[in-house]
Amino acid sequence: METDAAPQPPPTPAMLQKTRGQTLPVDAHHQPLVLLELIQRLKVRDVMTQEIVSVQRHEPLWVAQAAMKDKHISGVPVVEEGRLFGLVSIEDIIRAVEGGYIAQPCGDYMTTKLVVLEDDMPLSFAVQYFDRFRFGRFPVLNRDRALVGIICQRDINRALLVELSAEFNRMEQTVAQINGHTAKIDANTYMLREFPVAKYDFENAGKAANVIKAAMIERKYPPKIVRRVAVAAYELEINLCVHSVGGVLSWQLSNGRSEVIAKDSGPGIADVEWACRDGTSTANEWIRSLGFGAGLGLVNVKRVSDEFEITSQLGSGTIVRSAVNIALEENK
Amino acid sequence: MKLSELIASAGFEVISPGNAACEVVAGYTSDLLSDVMAHCPEDSIFITVQNHKNSVAVSTLVGAVAILVVHDREIPKDMLDAAQAENVALLRTSKNQFEASCLVAKILSVS
Repeated sequence: METDAAPQPPPTPAMLQKTRGQTLPVDAHHQPLVLLELIQRLKVRDVMTQEIVSVQRHEPLWVAQAAMKDKHISGVPVVEEGRLFGLVSIEDIIRAVEGGYIAQPCGDYMTTKLVVLEDDMPLSFAVQYFDRFRFGRFPVLNRDRALVGIICQRDINRALLVELSAEFNRMEQTVAQINGHTAKIDANTYMLREFPVAKYDFENAGKAANVIKAAMIERKYPPKIVRRVAVAAYELEINLCVHSVGGVLSWQLSNGRSEVIAKDSGPGIADVEWACRDGTSTANEWIRSLGFGAGLGLVNVKRVSDEFEITSQLGSGTIVRSAVNIALEENK
Repeated sequence: MKLSELIASAGFEVISPGNAACEVVAGYTSDLLSDVMAHCPEDSIFITVQNHKNSVAVSTLVGAVAILVVHDREIPKDMLDAAQAENVALLRTSKNQFEASCLVAKILSVS
């Protein structure tokens, strides 16, 4: 709602209704209900910052400036005895510095045409307001028109992340309960994990494969499938560690398909066909002494994969994809 | 055969007990970790000279229940830590790889 500093009567339900759905970036018909429910259930007061840094009307603008600098905020409300009189924004400060009136009272130069939110409004209102008014923050008033908080986009992001995380956690548990001891592979099971792998970092090599394996065991995938995926992941992880300048191992589970992708930024393989042949390797003695570099790695990956693809260019990098079709295997 | 029976019968030194009550059904002898990943059967004892933690990682991947390090080679701390964390038995013998393999095969009667 807009207010002209002196508090206005609270908006009528009709006024609120008018703004509903206008600028909300989600559409009530096609978005997950859980998300809509979440931004309706959460109130502005659950999300806002309650520690308010404020100034008084008689204080010079540089006090507001110092508060902004000190607290890393971009706007300071002007408050006396809990009542909101206006807001000094960073734009006001810039104008004051340019105009040479930074020592003048906040009351004379603050923004008084304010848009405020009420603390018991659903969060969806705040989302809409940010979209509609393009302000960095909104003061929040309670029913008695006293200033009780400030809300900025960062508060919303944080609250949504926390709530969504809790919600997903709950949903995952429900799914696990429904499925009991057998993982049901369907289009809704989706996971993506990425692991950076550094050259010669044998201290950590193998950890990614272990995480992937643990995640699959936890979801009760058949042991045969887990072993195939884990072997591919381990071999590719070791390859990144031994042969590349470093890269990323990623694992994606979607549509009943597991895909491990090793991507590095060099040095690339001169002869891919040769590299995939049994027993061929460019590994040095030291690597071989660790039990690697026998030229079996890519052969192993190929063997456990339903789909295997390697692309490489000398001087740039290599991408190896290993896919295992879980749904297919389960139906066998 | 239970792992504890195999250990008692062969007289291997126990560095880390793992799950002594689990069954051992086969042995696999190799020092190439990719080879182990490709061919080592589940529930087996993995006989190797590779005294480092990658052996533990590979054993875990293939479901080997024990690692037998030959030639009394020293066990690095990180290998022991990994074996304990993964509950893989870590055993040691002064025998060479051939002798150790023959002994395990004889006890498991797989030869």
